[in-house]
Amino acid sequence: MEALLALVIGVLTACGVYLSLRGRTFPVVLGLTLLSYAVNLFLFAMGRLVIGHPPIVSEPAAASADPLPQALVLTAIVIGFAMTAFVIMLALKARAELGNDHVDGRP
Amino acid sequence: MNALLLAVLTPYLGAALAAWASRHGRLHAAWVAAAVTLIALALITPAALAAFAGETVIHRLPWMPAVGLTLAFRLDGLALLFALLILGIGLLIILYARYYLSERDGMGRFYAYLLLFMGAMLGIVLSENVIQLLVFWELTSLASFLLISYWQHREDARNGARMALTVTGAGGLALLAGFLLLGEMAGSYELSVILASGDTIRAHPGYVPVLILILLGVFTKSAQFPFHFWLPHAMAAPTPVSAYLHSATMVKAGVFLLARLFPALSGTWEWSHLVGGVGLATLLVGAYFALYKHDLKGLLAYSTISHLGLITTLFGIGTELAAVAGVFHIINHATFKAGLFMAAGIIDHECGTRDMRRINGLWRHMPHTATLAMVTAAAMAGVPLVNGFLSKEMFFAEAVSMGTHMRFGWLLPLAVTVAGVFSVAYSIRFIHDVFFNGEPVGLPRTPHEPPRWMKVPVEVLVALCLLVGILPGLTVAPILSVAAGAVLQAPPPAFDLAIWHGWSPALLMSVAALIGGVLVYAGRRPLFALAARWEGRVDARAVYQRLLEALYALAAGVTRRLDTGSLQRLLVLFFASAVVLGAAGLIDGDTPLTGRRPLLPVDGVSLMAAVGLVAAAIASVWLHRRRLTALIVIGAVGLVVSLIFVKFSAPDLALTQLSVEVVTIVLLLLALYFLPQTGPAESSRLRRMRDAVLALAAGGGAAALAWAVLTRPYDTIAGYFLDKSLPEGGGRNVVNVILVDFRGFDTLGEITVLALAALGIYAMLERLQLRAPERDAEGRPWNWDRHPPIMASLTRLLLPLALLTSAFILLRGHNLPGGGFIAGLVTAVALIMQYLANGVAWTHARLPANFHPIIGWGLGLALATGLASWAFDHPFLTSTFGHFDWPVVGEFELASAMAFDLGVYLVVVGATLLILVYLGLMHGASHPTQPAGEGR
Repeated sequence: MEALLALVIGVLTACGVYLSLRGRTFPVVLGLTLLSYAVNLFLFAMGRLVIGHPPIVSEPAAASADPLPQALVLTAIVIGFAMTAFVIMLALKARAELGNDHVDGRP
Repeated sequence: MNALLLAVLTPYLGAALAAWASRHGRLHAAWVAAAVTLIALALITPAALAAFAGETVIHRLPWMPAVGLTLAFRLDGLALLFALLILGIGLLIILYARYYLSERDGMGRFYAYLLLFMGAMLGIVLSENVIQLLVFWELTSLASFLLISYWQHREDARNGARMALTVTGAGGLALLAGFLLLGEMAGSYELSVILASGDTIRAHPGYVPVLILILLGVFTKSAQFPFHFWLPHAMAAPTPVSAYLHSATMVKAGVFLLARLFPALSGTWEWSHLVGGVGLATLLVGAYFALYKHDLKGLLAYSTISHLGLITTLFGIGTELAAVAGVFHIINHATFKAGLFMAAGIIDHECGTRDMRRINGLWRHMPHTATLAMVTAAAMAGVPLVNGFLSKEMFFAEAVSMGTHMRFGWLLPLAVTVAGVFSVAYSIRFIHDVFFNGEPVGLPRTPHEPPRWMKVPVEVLVALCLLVGILPGLTVAPILSVAAGAVLQAPPPAFDLAIWHGWSPALLMSVAALIGGVLVYAGRRPLFALAARWEGRVDARAVYQRLLEALYALAAGVTRRLDTGSLQRLLVLFFASAVVLGAAGLIDGDTPLTGRRPLLPVDGVSLMAAVGLVAAAIASVWLHRRRLTALIVIGAVGLVVSLIFVKFSAPDLALTQLSVEVVTIVLLLLALYFLPQTGPAESSRLRRMRDAVLALAAGGGAAALAWAVLTRPYDTIAGYFLDKSLPEGGGRNVVNVILVDFRGFDTLGEITVLALAALGIYAMLERLQLRAPERDAEGRPWNWDRHPPIMASLTRLLLPLALLTSAFILLRGHNLPGGGFIAGLVTAVALIMQYLANGVAWTHARLPANFHPIIGWGLGLALATGLASWAFDHPFLTSTFGHFDWPVVGEFELASAMAFDLGVYLVVVGATLLILVYLGLMHGASHPTQPAGEGR
């Protein structure tokens, strides 16, 4: 299972990096979205993989998943949304002001 | 009550007040500034009385005790003397500037800067902690930058200010390094410890580097050779600023530090040679060049440099009596130089020029001012019966006694006598050129006496010069004794302040200097010709300019090479360096990539999901030019990511990811409407290959790193949170308890970021003119059908249910998956569904149009929850909880963290809706052809 998650993180990173290197704003935003999936999963993986034991305290104390990376990633997801929103608005603004959607502002 | 802290803060508060007061009347700022200075004086009075009795008053305010950071203020004799100089002369300057500044000069800005500077200077002299001292030290550099460049329209003012800031700022950096090392050596950053551990410091192998670093700070600030060149250029400032900065404050900060650290650093070969040598060189250079300056303030500037060199030399000599003389000259120089600058300002003010070749014979036009200027100039020259004579004679005496202990020792008295000769000569020039020497040459104005009250500050200073000069024992001796005791950290040696000491070598040197000065001035013509020939050949400023230009060129070259204005190029560099650095770390070690943690078996469903995710991710790259399709595929990727969270025991993350995914895709769909629907194929094949290789390398690296981490066992601090969550946080859902309780402060920061991002987006959307396409990617016109009725009705019916669900998720969040973030997103999704199904116009008419208050309430609530714990004497954001019993509902739990979570909820709802709805409204606005009354 670990290999599978590592593979998923790798593929998401590769696709994200490739799209971020495109010359138009929209694919770059898509690339950043993919990269943030990869980063969130990577951070989450720092707590290792546990199946079937969410970090919710139950009466017979049992081993459970690490809650700390989860708390970090939860806010990272929400902030990631704010970042995506900000970048796409910048892209719209650039399109409106410069008349094209190239990342450097020149067609 | 921490009166010293208040005294330091008062000028800062006063600065804002002065700036505000000037709106209600030109002179209000001056009154405020004077009142603020008097308040600061009153605040230090109780401690000052104690310090005068020989006590060291220390006030501490713990700030971060865990790392040894304390706000600590100290008032002893030395600090008292400086505080009196700063506030006393400051008061005179405030009065003087009120008459000096013209109608066109903004009074509020001037007094605000002046008070900022005053506060910073007070901070330096009253600091007990050296790091804190350094902060104020840098603040004086910044405030002096503002003051010197007060006349912003003048290029020389801007350049002079920049030069002063560069030189003193660079010195400040060296000083920071010196202080850090000094604190490590002494074991504390508090002055009381540092001053008591002089022997440890001097014996330490790091003594010399520390000494050099600290002296760099001192020399740059006090304009010592070869860093003296900034001071004459700072004369572009208004004269009250020069009178303040170059008599009692800014440049005195350097010699203050010499005096302050005297017990900790002095008494070594390195100290006496570095400090004494630099001081002597400055003394001579300043005195020599002062004679040739035709600019009145230029002469005073070089004279200031020279007198600062004199004080530095005295501390360099290093005996107890020399330190007393140094402190004495600090007082004397502050009084007569402030008076001289003010007199120069009056002359400039009345004549419209400062060129001594044109200002002549003013005695007949302004005899009163001339008399005042002559007394202060006599003090500068060291004429008996004025204060400058006393300290200068002590200086001569120390030079003689130092000279007897050294080889070539006779050179020292000779050098200081030569400096004395020149200082007499330039003082005579100041008097003779300006007040006698024929008639004025083509002055822009006819000079006459200034307003009565403009002369009062000068009169006060002249009175001080004379009182100290004639009756030193009665006037200055007590404060000098207290200050010297504080400098030496020991009872001060016996010193005798008298005008007549009998025939001593020092007296002979004084007489020689006076006669020599007269002779040099009488035979000045050949000297002036010589100086004119050498003008500009030896110039520290030119070296500075060349260094600065080289630095600019280097910075511009690096920037030009790295940043060609192409984002793609920068990103390639960025990713490539990340890959290279990461690979270097992987290759270097011989640790295996795979760790020893037992692996989990792969099941079929997970394999399918992973294959689906990989396929979707690759498809999104493949199809990225068909943007709508790529976006839908990315939505699928996000859904599988949330399934991964479900699988690996992270229900909170899964819920968050799912709801964020919905809003992200809706947002991108809205944005895509305004962007081209398809992307052009413009990258060359080679470029795509390069990007693909880079992407594969980055992906491979990330996968390898993830694999290496996942297969290794680890220690976690999670046990703490799991154990304490229920008993201390009152919640079973540990993730939520971490968010709202253990790490509540982080979460507060994060929702603030979210709110700021939303407001930033709102600001960007304002007045943005977006052009909507008339046809879609396939060339079909957008259709204007009504929204499908079945969907519209269903979403309206579902809304209460969805809101109820989000309330449920919010409430249960402390114990089961949920909480403010998820509930906020669910509410936002539920409301956005209304917009999608019923149209923006329909929904916008039925919902609150303004989301800013929601965000504001949310942030306010979260902050108030945190602040409330202060009311119960707990640290910020301490949470509490209790169990309550209601008849029908049964027992339930309430935690203060729930109020915090409600704040989070409101911010998330407000920010998400603000972003989406305002972008959605753009759609309505962008359709000129839209039939009225119909939603899209």
